[in-house]
Amino acid sequence: MLDDFFVRAVIGGIGVALVAGPLGCFIIWRKLAYFGDTLSHSALLGVALALLFEVNITLAVFMVSVAVSLMLVFLQRRASLSSDALLGLLAHSALAIGLVALAFMTWVRVDLMGFLFGDILSITTFDLAIIWGGGLSVLIVLVLIWRALFAATVSYELALAEGAKPDHVNIIFMILMAAVIAVSLKIVGVLLITALLIIPAATARRFSSSPEQMAFFAILIGVISVWFGLFGSLELDTPAGPSIVVAALICFILSLLPMPSSLFRHDGQNKRGAGNNTGVTTDDR
Amino acid sequence: MLISLENAGIYRSKKWLVRGVSMRVEPGEIVTLIGPNGSGKSTTAKLALGVLATDEGTAYRKPKLRVSYVPQKLELSWTLPLTVSRFLRLTFKANKTQIDDALAATETTYLAHMQMSNLSGGEFQRVLLARAIMSSPELLVLDEPVQGVDFNGEMALYKLIEKIRNELKCGILLISHDLHVVMSTTDRVICLNGHVCCSGTPASVTSSHEFKTLFGERTASGLALYQHQHDHEHLPDGSIGPDGNIEGKEAALAHNHLTDNGLLPTSSTTTVNAKRSNADVR
Repeated sequence: MLDDFFVRAVIGGIGVALVAGPLGCFIIWRKLAYFGDTLSHSALLGVALALLFEVNITLAVFMVSVAVSLMLVFLQRRASLSSDALLGLLAHSALAIGLVALAFMTWVRVDLMGFLFGDILSITTFDLAIIWGGGLSVLIVLVLIWRALFAATVSYELALAEGAKPDHVNIIFMILMAAVIAVSLKIVGVLLITALLIIPAATARRFSSSPEQMAFFAILIGVISVWFGLFGSLELDTPAGPSIVVAALICFILSLLPMPSSLFRHDGQNKRGAGNNTGVTTDDR
Repeated sequence: MLISLENAGIYRSKKWLVRGVSMRVEPGEIVTLIGPNGSGKSTTAKLALGVLATDEGTAYRKPKLRVSYVPQKLELSWTLPLTVSRFLRLTFKANKTQIDDALAATETTYLAHMQMSNLSGGEFQRVLLARAIMSSPELLVLDEPVQGVDFNGEMALYKLIEKIRNELKCGILLISHDLHVVMSTTDRVICLNGHVCCSGTPASVTSSHEFKTLFGERTASGLALYQHQHDHEHLPDGSIGPDGNIEGKEAALAHNHLTDNGLLPTSSTTTVNAKRSNADVR
């Protein structure tokens, strides 16, 4: 029943969900949602440059994302604009330059919708290799810097004082973000990458009592979203990328529904409210 | 020597936050930085820690120094799912025994599985301290470690800090604006107000006129006033008046420090003695 391209789409989507989950957690903890958006918008500029110089698209998007992150760090130190204004400026300038550049290249026929909203069903075996190769590398690096990156997220000064080298891990984190955006471009497209990063992590928050748990649940919810999104799009003949995001959103909405607190209140997590919690649980039953 | 500052200063927004600060912390020594709000206590600690870079002078740290830092402010976003025991392992790989010991030492064992965001102010401070001592640091930097802790808890925390020093033999850099409580536990006091106003061992400082006025500054009404004698005058922003001499650190001569509320001191000799005997009892 499953066509070959569909199997590739599922495998590719799951590959992206694996890295998007933990990185998405950091985006939420560090309040970087708009930063992710800026990087993904600038991905279109990377696409234009890739077509212009005839290099691999994923590589070009990765390089442009890294360049934009570094530019942002530089501008934050120099310019007298607030971060959100700088991010908006970079995001939409990069997107606009990308679109203008693509329009100039009359010799290339490019499916703009595919880049904006993803084209997961056209994934090739080579794309899969890039997604899983890139994704696993990102995961390995993330595991290696996990403690230091989390410490730097909790408190930059504390991490610096205690020798956790927050500047190093912050830069590595930016590079990882750029890599994830480059490999997810084909799955959900420029405009929806941030959703895939943020929604599973936001959904996972309620069920988690530790950062590692939240990262794990974010992966799980991401995989579920990819699975149901793709099957939904096959059943209902809807675009695949947006369907995945809608599936993630449904997970998020479900997570907001009142649930017996015993499901995710871990032992002793809130001892003071223990009596109260028991009451709620009984009510729900 | 664990850390030292030599004539260090930091310049931000066209103003010297602190300048000409020299200090050092030896192993097993408790050094206390005192001074009014905005006098640069936290800034000085950050210079010594290397969190801020000096714009003038030098900061020395012993190579590979194991530091634990309790910052003055630590705001945890509610988006962070973080139990107390996970927070203890923030920068240090600890086993269960180490975590249990640290929690037991700060009497916070019952908090181990609580979320950090559910702690009260006093519990939060204790947990910060538990985390700081768990890694057996060579240097412990405590920036206002008793804020939000009630008086009895405050005394217990200072006793604990002294115990930590005796057991770990670590150097402690303590920042406080609560003078007379700190005095009994500290080895050396440095009084800051944009620069080092006075410094010395409690023994030498206690006998000085400065110290007596320092203790007397806590008036019966509980107004915290910084009032002791120096060879220079501070403008309201903490900078030094035209007649001031920034070099005169240990000298203790005539002028008044007026801070925050700008009230004049009302302390009499009797108050001073009362406060001192109080401190002795503690």
